[in-house]
Amino acid sequence: MADLVTLTVNGQPLRAAKGTLLIDAAKQAGINIPAFCYYEGLSLQAACRMCLVEVEKTPKLQAACTLPVAEGMVVRTESEQVVKARKTTLEFLLANHPLDCPVCDKGGECELQDMVFRYGAGESRYTEVKHHVDEQQWSPVVYYDGPRCILCYRCVRVCDEGMGVGALGVTNRGASSLIVPNKGDHLDCDECGACIDICPVGALTSGTYRYQTRPWEMEHVGTVCTHCGDGCKTTLGVRNGEIVRGNNRDRSGINGDFLCVKGRYGFDFSSHPERLQSPLMRINGQLQEVSWSAALVAIGQKMPAIKAAGGKIGVVGSSLSTNEENYYLQKFARQGLGTAHIDHQRSGDVAGLIDALAGRTNALATTDELYTAKAVVVIGADLSQQHPFLAYQIRANCRHHQAAVYTITSGPVRETSIAKKAVLAPSESATLSQLRSLAEDLKQHAEVVIVFGDIIKGSLVRELVEFGNSLGVKVKYVCLVDYVNSRGAVDMGVDPRLLPGFKPAPTAGMTLPEMIASPDLAAFWVVGSNPLEKQGLASSNAFIVVQDMFLTETAKRADIVLPSASLYEKNGTVTNGTGQVQRLKKAASVMGAKTDLDILGLAARAIKLDGLGAANAEKIFDEIRSSVRGYNVPLPVIATGGAPLTAPLNGRVDVQPQPELIRSAQDTLFTSGTLGRYSKMLNSVMEAPGKLYGK
Amino acid sequence: MKFSLSTEARLAQLAQNYPPGRLKGAVIPMLMYCQDEVGYITPELAQEVATRCGVSTLEVEEVVGFYTMLRKQRMGKTHLQICTNISCLLTGGEELYEHACKKLGIGHNQVTEDYQISLEEVECIGACSWAPAIQTNYDFHHHVTIEKLDQIIDSLRTK
Repeated sequence: MADLVTLTVNGQPLRAAKGTLLIDAAKQAGINIPAFCYYEGLSLQAACRMCLVEVEKTPKLQAACTLPVAEGMVVRTESEQVVKARKTTLEFLLANHPLDCPVCDKGGECELQDMVFRYGAGESRYTEVKHHVDEQQWSPVVYYDGPRCILCYRCVRVCDEGMGVGALGVTNRGASSLIVPNKGDHLDCDECGACIDICPVGALTSGTYRYQTRPWEMEHVGTVCTHCGDGCKTTLGVRNGEIVRGNNRDRSGINGDFLCVKGRYGFDFSSHPERLQSPLMRINGQLQEVSWSAALVAIGQKMPAIKAAGGKIGVVGSSLSTNEENYYLQKFARQGLGTAHIDHQRSGDVAGLIDALAGRTNALATTDELYTAKAVVVIGADLSQQHPFLAYQIRANCRHHQAAVYTITSGPVRETSIAKKAVLAPSESATLSQLRSLAEDLKQHAEVVIVFGDIIKGSLVRELVEFGNSLGVKVKYVCLVDYVNSRGAVDMGVDPRLLPGFKPAPTAGMTLPEMIASPDLAAFWVVGSNPLEKQGLASSNAFIVVQDMFLTETAKRADIVLPSASLYEKNGTVTNGTGQVQRLKKAASVMGAKTDLDILGLAARAIKLDGLGAANAEKIFDEIRSSVRGYNVPLPVIATGGAPLTAPLNGRVDVQPQPELIRSAQDTLFTSGTLGRYSKMLNSVMEAPGKLYGK
Repeated sequence: MKFSLSTEARLAQLAQNYPPGRLKGAVIPMLMYCQDEVGYITPELAQEVATRCGVSTLEVEEVVGFYTMLRKQRMGKTHLQICTNISCLLTGGEELYEHACKKLGIGHNQVTEDYQISLEEVECIGACSWAPAIQTNYDFHHHVTIEKLDQIIDSLRTK
């Protein structure tokens, strides 16, 4: 370990790698040097002067955030001189600070407050009038209060480096410096709110949360974002059972510092006035509110009769329900209702990839690996729009590890600007040939992660993997899927060909389009999905039961609608697009709505289906762990908020590929299927609904 | 946005001074040259410079906001800059500035109605050895007295 240097900090000897910044070396040894402008992962600024420390044999105090450790360095981080300097710095920072802490959103979780609490500076020698500028609204979700700003530039850097947007800048200089948005008086950006999260003070505030509550009045519930398939952790601030804030409070999820507009603001559908809060039943042709018992009694009369008569029953699962719910649903369908017709809207060829990777272990990349891989190939996806967290990982990888990025897309994407090679491929067939033309480049890298969208499916997946194998380097794959549990739905066997764990079903049932087109479908049970958005059922006599949060187009055609809970109102687990399982935590509850699992449990009882086991999330997860291949993930990791990768199946998935059924909904940063339609905030930003491929 | 032939020639010469892809460094001189022609930095001008240098308009606006020599509003044909930093202050710079304010009827960063002369109280212009010093556009005037200032202003008005 020739690269280690030995230094002394506060009398404590410690060793750190050469080139480590003093602030990091101290942190590793448990010594916290305060800083505002320093932020791990972003470029250095050395603007705030809070991290000044005393270094022996150096006449002036040094900024620990830009000082690399050196052999024999003797540092004192809390000496009398240092404390005095910090107190003075704080006095400067407070010179124009409005001290409106009693009404500031940040009060209670403000880094400036914490520092003043730690070092004093309660008295100021300034008698001058404080410099004031009026508060500005930059977008429906971002507000800027200039006087509160301490000019740490974190927001500017996170927007430019982290998000790759660069929508924030600084104008003027000295005490009159201000943060400015890119369009003069407003923002044109991702509206992700990373600037708000990273702001150490209350200068940048959130449109949904500002002046709503005090931070200590909320309960902070860390759960998984219910929108895209990336599986970011969002911490929901809940007050009186209602979600008032989504943010990235402790940065403990797989997403680290990242959270997009959907994870941060897209929770408001849960308190949308059109949320269903009572079961609806079709009486005399009209959907009318009925009690749960009345709805269940009706189901209990109708379904057993259909089952007994041997009628075709179609069941549709959801990409937004938990693994437990999907697992129970397929049991409810196959074992309970005795039907093989179960499907969901598929958005990526996961089964095809698993099949093509048969015989290989360790071939699926995690979100972490997008940050560490030497090279990343993005095929057929506008990642920054569709999978913003994966795009963030790739950008960070480029910035920190100089990873090589290759893009093969049908139009220019944000990743094009950081790509080593960016190729445009107008058609599906051109995509693979373009990829082949990159073979020599890819062979140069020790490990490559290939991320592909829904244009690679069916036989193309096999061709892709064969190409990967031919490179002679370590290649891992990510098959992109649309929603939070799209991956889990396939894994749990909500597929007519597949049982849980990609085991072939004894008899393949009807696919979703086949159910819709089947003239003699007797019952259609839809959970959290909108398959009849643009078309009706061919069967006119089908008994339709819909479990949903809203009266969607499908629900409007139903005979019975059962109000279901959102992902933020449930416990359970979900599996993200990269195959990592995470536990949810129930944050809120909505009067009248029940979780899909509870509804299925009640329905099973009403229909008198035996042997399905308890409709209890924990018990079902135990069953999943013991029976679904790949899901035997360590419980302590799950329980402590980890995201273990489901072990790949490593065997053939012996079913007929159905590439024609795989279609991504092409959601952007600002749309999210049905949920997006009911999120006022997502629709209110200027950029909504957003576009793919810069069209 | 197009500039006069002479300015375009200057800009072309300027671009030669930077390695390919490093035109970001040319932002400040390019803004100066363009300001010489246009008079001040209009939003279109900022955008044009951004395009020519391959940076975002916001980055150009940051630069414009930072440097007082880059101006966002229209100034006089002659921009009169009077230093009131320490050396000039001790030798009568402040009196010069106050005299100019009175004589022109305008204050700091203001311009006469006919847009002939604008006034700015500037920080050190690096002419301490010849204090008090003032600047009219790019020209320096040393050891300025009230009388000399009157002459300068009068000559600017008759120009």
